[in-house]
Amino acid sequence: MTKRYVYLLAGFLAAAGLALFVYKWHGLGFPLAAGQETPVWTIETTIKFDPGPGSIKASLQIPTLTPGFEMLREYNVSKGYGFSLNYVSGGREAQWAVRRTDGPQTIYYRRIVYADSSSEQSDTTPPFPPPPVIEEPFQTAVDVIVTEVREHSADTASFTSELLRRVNDSSPDPNIELLFSGAETSAEFVQSLTTILAFARIPARMIRGIVLQDQQRRVEPLPWLEVHDGDRWLYFNPNTGEQGLPDHYLIWWRGNESLIRVTGGSNVDVNFAVQKNFVDSLSIAEQRAEQEHSMVVEFSLASLPIQIQAVYAVLLMVPIGALIMVLMRNVVGIDAFGTFMPVLIALSFRETQLLWGAILFTLLVTMGLSIRFLLERLRLLLVPRLGAVLIVVVLLMMVVSVVSHKLGMETGLSVALFPMVIIAMTIERMSIVWEERGAGDAMRAGAGSLLLAVVAYLAMGMRWLEHLIFTFPELLLIVLAMVILLGRYLGYRLTELARFKALAGR
Amino acid sequence: MFSIAQQLRDAGVLGLNQRNSEYIMQLNPRKFYPRVDDKLRTKKLALEAGMAVPELYGVISSQAEVRKLSEIVASRESFVIKPARGSGGNGITVIAGRSKRSRSYYRTISGIFLSEPELQHHISNVVSGQYSLSGKPDCAIIEYCVTFDPLFSEVSYLGVPDIRVIVYRGYPVMGMVRLPTRVSDGKANLHKGAVGVGIDIGSGETLLGVCGNAVVDDHPDTGALISGLRIPHWAFILHSAAKGYDVTGLGYLGVDIVIDRKHGPLILEMNARPGLNIQIANCCGLSRRIRQIDEHYEPRADVARRVEFARRELAADKQVNLPLR
Repeated sequence: MTKRYVYLLAGFLAAAGLALFVYKWHGLGFPLAAGQETPVWTIETTIKFDPGPGSIKASLQIPTLTPGFEMLREYNVSKGYGFSLNYVSGGREAQWAVRRTDGPQTIYYRRIVYADSSSEQSDTTPPFPPPPVIEEPFQTAVDVIVTEVREHSADTASFTSELLRRVNDSSPDPNIELLFSGAETSAEFVQSLTTILAFARIPARMIRGIVLQDQQRRVEPLPWLEVHDGDRWLYFNPNTGEQGLPDHYLIWWRGNESLIRVTGGSNVDVNFAVQKNFVDSLSIAEQRAEQEHSMVVEFSLASLPIQIQAVYAVLLMVPIGALIMVLMRNVVGIDAFGTFMPVLIALSFRETQLLWGAILFTLLVTMGLSIRFLLERLRLLLVPRLGAVLIVVVLLMMVVSVVSHKLGMETGLSVALFPMVIIAMTIERMSIVWEERGAGDAMRAGAGSLLLAVVAYLAMGMRWLEHLIFTFPELLLIVLAMVILLGRYLGYRLTELARFKALAGR
Repeated sequence: MFSIAQQLRDAGVLGLNQRNSEYIMQLNPRKFYPRVDDKLRTKKLALEAGMAVPELYGVISSQAEVRKLSEIVASRESFVIKPARGSGGNGITVIAGRSKRSRSYYRTISGIFLSEPELQHHISNVVSGQYSLSGKPDCAIIEYCVTFDPLFSEVSYLGVPDIRVIVYRGYPVMGMVRLPTRVSDGKANLHKGAVGVGIDIGSGETLLGVCGNAVVDDHPDTGALISGLRIPHWAFILHSAAKGYDVTGLGYLGVDIVIDRKHGPLILEMNARPGLNIQIANCCGLSRRIRQIDEHYEPRADVARRVEFARRELAADKQVNLPLR
């Protein structure tokens, strides 16, 4: 009965820990390994213009909905300008304003994004566009084209494909030639397409975006065609009719508006530059979770001050030490002083390094033990004797630090990090075992303690484990489940196999 | 490695983890622990139940009383000082006599003389709790020093050999004699080097012995044969042990008994966490015998019936003993 509860509880804890872990790892993209990096793209828009005599207002179209990309941060760099972000009909607009200024002006808008294929960012369903008013003879030409294309298509997508096929034909229809004769730039070309589509009562608009490539100094926005089929927006390559967006295509703005409007300035020049960098995946995951208003991150260790975080990075490894103790004592069966004393010693090994830690620990215990035997002759009562041992341990630590410093061995200084009360208790218990059970047993248990401390240190010192536990503290629930399960381990300890060997063999 | 574990499991050997979790934790309620952890209480309980225990000379329960030692032992030649809540035989001093020149020099069992202040220091250590299980203040019991039965004089060195019986739910399951050696400094504790000798529950005859991890059939110091000895008062010993269950309420119990030359078997102490070495001394696992008792367990069986069952069913000739290596 109890056994079933134990399994149930352990299973529940492990499942909870695992579920949270998988959510953070897979859902929010928390990295499994330390120092894992995610590529990010920095797009810098440089606006240059010469100011006029009066007040100046500059409006720049900036991205709103960017399928395939998530924003990490955006900055504006300008001197003496008032800055605001406004939602306008086509999307979002950055606005700079200044009462008066002189000399050539430069304003920067910088946006940092990272690729995220899960980012859908669908727009709302638009109303059917009103039929545009077009002058003759264009009206007739559009009418003819729309009628012909409609006959050869079934739905919005096939209509658009058919239209694009005809428009891009090497020997186009005279009506098409007439309509597109005025389109000099590709933007004007796409604009004409949206007019035809509007005539066919299909919501369509031009989008312009940037193909992200590393180290690009002057990037021209690439126009693309967006058509709504009643359910969602479809993307079309205006020059081939192919459906979909180009690779690494960041949609910058939608609609026919120009990228920049400067009132009160002249000689306006806008330039895009793209740079690829790598950023710690952890900070991106945290950023994303914050944007999703995930409670997981709201109440995580990362919300603590840095110093406290550093403390927890160490503290969270103590359960791993506890697990090692459980394993070494109940499964292996090693004798040691104090239940978790080796874990505390292992924690101080983190500062002293392993070799020096082991040497200093042995030195301290040996010296303390010899002084404890001297104290034994004084016939002190228990608590005063423990107090005396503690004081002697502190003095010994001081002497070791000073002597090693004089000898130029700086590692000796770290002896001060040993938990002195624990060491004093170890000395006391070791001396009692020494008297009662003999030197052999005392040495064995002392060596056992040191061995456990070393094993715990090695386990707790694994960097990847430390990162994993700190990033996913819920994994400690799994450790807890393991400890609970080991609490029901009824098999032999490894050392018992040797102890009862004489009874085996039938 | 796994094959050894399998062999041990087949032989019914009980391991520490299983002992702790299945027997001690389930059959020994914590509230009953003080009955055995405090030897003074054990003694009183045993006396109330009409069991024989070594006579109590006096109790020292505070530092101020330490001076009363000479008063308590004024008319006694030999005596034993024990911490009431000690463990594993730690802190027990056996005074076998006095110096011929001065009565304030005490001779320990190993022949070392202790002055009055030295002995008082030891007692004050006991009272301050150096040997108690949790380091809490303790009291020192001063009691009758057992002079053991002549049967054992050949097979023990200095100290008093004692008999340990494991009692499972009131049924004696396994027994052994612990013989002090030179190495164990006259103490009857196996981990200090005493020899453990298995006893046939049915007949009370000694089987083979174990010293450390080695199997022996003679005493390492005296060379006398230790197997085939017939333990006197065996039926009475089993009765006393089985009664220990009724007195303490502990379902997994170790009862330590000494046989005094004058007074016969006396209950020395009881233990709620008896060790597992008894299996080595008996060349037999505890689990199998425990299973046998579980199968035939009668909730209202009296002491006589339980002992009778154990002597019948757990006798050596009924048991399949393990071959020795």
